[in-house]
Amino acid sequence: MAIKPEEFNFAKNDQFNNSMIPGKMARYLRTCKIWQFIRFIVLNIKMLIVVSKSH
Amino acid sequence: MARLVVLGGGVAGHTAATFAADWLGRDHEVIVVTPNAKWNWIPSNIWVGVGQMSKEEVTFDLDPVYKKAGITYKQAKAISLNPEGNGSSDKPFVTIEYTGQEKAGKSEEVTYDYLINATGPKLNFGATPGLGEGSQLGEYTVSVCTADHAQHAAHELTKVLDKMRNGERQKILIGTSHGMCTCQGAAFEYIFNVEHEIRKAGLRDMADIQWISNESFMGDFGMGGLHMKVGGYVVSSRIFTESLFAERGVNYITGAHVNKVEKGKVSYELLDGTMGEETFDFSMLIPPFAGVGLKAYNKAGEDITDTVFAPNGFMKVDADYTPKPYEQWKASDWPLTYQNPTYKNVFAAGIAFAPPHLISKPAKSPNGTVINPTPPRTGMPSGIIGKAVARSVCDLITKGSGAHLHEASMAHMGAACVASAGKGWLDGTAAAMTVYPVVQDFEKYPGTGRDTDYTFGEIGLAGHWIKHILHYMFIYKAKLKPFWKIIPE
Repeated sequence: MAIKPEEFNFAKNDQFNNSMIPGKMARYLRTCKIWQFIRFIVLNIKMLIVVSKSH
Repeated sequence: MARLVVLGGGVAGHTAATFAADWLGRDHEVIVVTPNAKWNWIPSNIWVGVGQMSKEEVTFDLDPVYKKAGITYKQAKAISLNPEGNGSSDKPFVTIEYTGQEKAGKSEEVTYDYLINATGPKLNFGATPGLGEGSQLGEYTVSVCTADHAQHAAHELTKVLDKMRNGERQKILIGTSHGMCTCQGAAFEYIFNVEHEIRKAGLRDMADIQWISNESFMGDFGMGGLHMKVGGYVVSSRIFTESLFAERGVNYITGAHVNKVEKGKVSYELLDGTMGEETFDFSMLIPPFAGVGLKAYNKAGEDITDTVFAPNGFMKVDADYTPKPYEQWKASDWPLTYQNPTYKNVFAAGIAFAPPHLISKPAKSPNGTVINPTPPRTGMPSGIIGKAVARSVCDLITKGSGAHLHEASMAHMGAACVASAGKGWLDGTAAAMTVYPVVQDFEKYPGTGRDTDYTFGEIGLAGHWIKHILHYMFIYKAKLKPFWKIIPE
């Protein structure tokens, strides 16, 4: 069975093997334009709240 | 008419000077002393360092902006302070040496009623043998601390990419150059931008990429790490950071004090006392920061540098500098107003103020070598502090010496940080993070030292969009274009 791309780095060393590596869906969502547009709005709101609490 | 002198034209100094000039109007005088002719949006130097932006895109000339704001601009570096004046006058003054404006090398004494020291750091290349003291650029390694450094880094990186294209495998080493460095975030951004560019060029299989850092654990970032809510869990930034390194196939060494740099090789000591070496074909190591080396003299001409400045060269302010163990550190140790305790008309802002202690847990190797990150005080905290200090000085000038001083403790403010992990409107990513507060307050937040409702992190394209928009927004603000004041620091 072919190794899944997201699992490839686990075998490289102990540091990587003990880490959490994102799977196919998580990686896709990171650059999915529609999902990221929603996150853009959410992140801006969250950041503005922190900025407003800091002034 | 009162005179405010601001030393430094970076984020803190520029913010303080421009707001003070706006609030004081033409009734009072604001002078900026900075050795640079250009303002630099430093967070975007990362993109200059990988050839994705030009130096011109991250800098602009200060002179026309200060003319528009009614600020007197002296392109000069500060040499010394005389906060009591001298034998012939009680008026405090700062001695400067011009670096431009056709007066390079000439000295001048600039008197002041109020002084804001926002000089930023000296890039201390001399702290590590071989790092490039004197070159101010790095000898065998490169830096991205200034736009010129970043341009040089991009040039060297191009050569490395060409070698890979010619079938020559390359080793890339990026991180910190000393056990007491700060600004790990910049190195973090650079390593992933380099990795992104190599991957885009289809050369990822030809590069071994290695991270080396003085942090005792991944994701410390000089703030003792942070805990954030991700996917319903509250997780340490260590998990978050290690995950990104594993995903991108970037090996890492932590707890490292680089003690020597040679051509193609660094030597280092680890927190467990062991020594090691790492080779490289291309390396970007952030130099440690120190104060710019300002001296201070009293009325009699005696050296009082130790009174005004901490041993690391940063200016003493209203912090609690009493040495105490980590377990006794408190949020209240951190300064509120940034007023010098000896000279009440002197303030410090941004990197120039001396922090009371680290934020990260202190650490030493068994050989006694101190290996721990020093506190970051760049970006958003610098801007907020600069504005608060400017407000205090303006109130002192307009309302008198009894005016209330404005507060901006790093233990009470949060920070938003967007760390690029690769540039591209459609394929770029960045880690968008906030921390609240910057300095942990274990009395108020006993679990993690911070409010996890306002401390979060997420990697994605949206983060890149935010970072890119911030680039344009902050340069717009710094140029004092219409409505600049409504853009927050």
